[in-house]
Amino acid sequence: MTRLLLVPIILVVLGAIKLPIEQDLAVSHRQENFRGVEFNLDLREKLGQLGFVAALSGFRAIVADGLFIQAHVAWEQTEWGRVLLLFRQITTLQPRAILFWDMAAWHMAWNASVAAMNDQTQPRVALRVKAQRECFALGKDFLERGIRNNPDRPQLYEALARLYKEKYKDHERASEFFAKAAPLPGAPSFDRRFSAYELSYCEGREREAYERLRQLYNEGEKERLPTLITRLKFLENKLGIPQDQRIPNRAL
Amino acid sequence: MSNQTATSARHRVFSFARVSAITANTLTELTRLKVFYVLLLFALLLIGSSIFMAQFTFQQEFQILKDVSLGAMSIFTSLLAIVATARLIPQDIEDRTVYTILAKPVPRFEYLLGKIAGVLLLLAISTLVMSAVFLAVLYMREQSVMHMTLRHMSAAPREQVDDALRAIRSSALNIDIFPGIIIIYLKACLLATLTLFVSTFATTNIFTIVVMVFIYFIGHLQATAREYWLHEHSSGWVTRVFLAIVALFFPDLQAFNLVDDIVAGAAISLGLFLKTAVLGIFYTTIYTLLAAFVFYGKEL
Repeated sequence: MTRLLLVPIILVVLGAIKLPIEQDLAVSHRQENFRGVEFNLDLREKLGQLGFVAALSGFRAIVADGLFIQAHVAWEQTEWGRVLLLFRQITTLQPRAILFWDMAAWHMAWNASVAAMNDQTQPRVALRVKAQRECFALGKDFLERGIRNNPDRPQLYEALARLYKEKYKDHERASEFFAKAAPLPGAPSFDRRFSAYELSYCEGREREAYERLRQLYNEGEKERLPTLITRLKFLENKLGIPQDQRIPNRAL
Repeated sequence: MSNQTATSARHRVFSFARVSAITANTLTELTRLKVFYVLLLFALLLIGSSIFMAQFTFQQEFQILKDVSLGAMSIFTSLLAIVATARLIPQDIEDRTVYTILAKPVPRFEYLLGKIAGVLLLLAISTLVMSAVFLAVLYMREQSVMHMTLRHMSAAPREQVDDALRAIRSSALNIDIFPGIIIIYLKACLLATLTLFVSTFATTNIFTIVVMVFIYFIGHLQATAREYWLHEHSSGWVTRVFLAIVALFFPDLQAFNLVDDIVAGAAISLGLFLKTAVLGIFYTTIYTLLAAFVFYGKEL
């Protein structure tokens, strides 16, 4: 009996010993991008009671995957509102999964935007364009939040650059995000090239683009790809680069 | 008299042989309970889900396959740890095996250590088998996707094919998954020893399992309660006392849920892995010692 009474006292003492260890470990986990999800009322409202309990019990990834499959079905049935809602839940549960942010942005900016533009129930073109722009913005928002959660990985910077390039036709911003992706670990070598290509389309920044493309060209044969040479030739003509400083024509 | 002195001189306070005999016996008993059917269920779940996921892109397929496999591994090892340990002591008391063992010169601590070591061994075997099944399914899917890619890209330049294959390989197996699996095992060990501790003062195994289910949920909330208790001082004293109880009495089970983020691409450093592992071993040791402390005072 005495032993049973002693147990709570021992537990409290051990609890006091373990508390700073747990606290220190939680800080270390957060520093290395673990435990990124806050279990609060906001999350419970988003997920519902059952999903919240499952996520709380250590099955966050499985809940997110279940919702992802639901989102896939909703996409097949072109229920865009549901796709958006589900991807908001998925990305809240798995903020470190690049795939989910990328898919969410792709569905919104590429698929839902086209669906909005082709919406036969909306006779006014102006409203269809407005809806399309809203879808672009939703895609952009997913990518921006994804980058905030994963600032150390290049994929979402690239996706945002593609969004600016293809949907907003904003080459300056596209160049900026390709440039941000390029120095990150695991970034493909084309990020630097793409950043310079995009800059070459920006009015008033041709000189800077020319210098960056020329620098890539000077790095050797591996960088002398057809697009790079075409853009370099275009800029040489536009900037009136002296003949002796131009790249040889045989390179084409 | 001299014979008796010789016998007591030969009797050691702690004997690995005695502990390992109890461990082997516990493992055999648990195996006879057909607990390994859980592994069959795991294999079926994995193979079934991998067939179902063939309609996704390979990145999506691998992500879901890894999430489902590691999530299932976590739930099966946790369930196995709780259910297998909860019946150890009550069953031995009911079968009167405990009296036969403790009537011999076997200290209670050795008896408990042997019992829990049997469960931990069972958990290790289960984790190893589940990992092997998971890796085999992942490897098969990876090979299948690679063959398909090679077939589709037969006319593409070598560099592009290499890039595509590299992308497939990097999406499939991430080396950080292995420390993640070890942490899943440590979490199961923690739950097993905690169950053993609860079962030392519980009267039935149903009671132990119910208590452990509550502890499992509260343990996952412990980190939230702890941070609120330590940093939020505006709440009333009743709330603060409640939060303090949760923070002090329960283990932080969220600390062992790293695998979700590992699958998502977060890399675990050696330092962080060791810190987490040490916390797991600390809890496991403490709960085993506490179980022994209560068991020594238990009237049998």
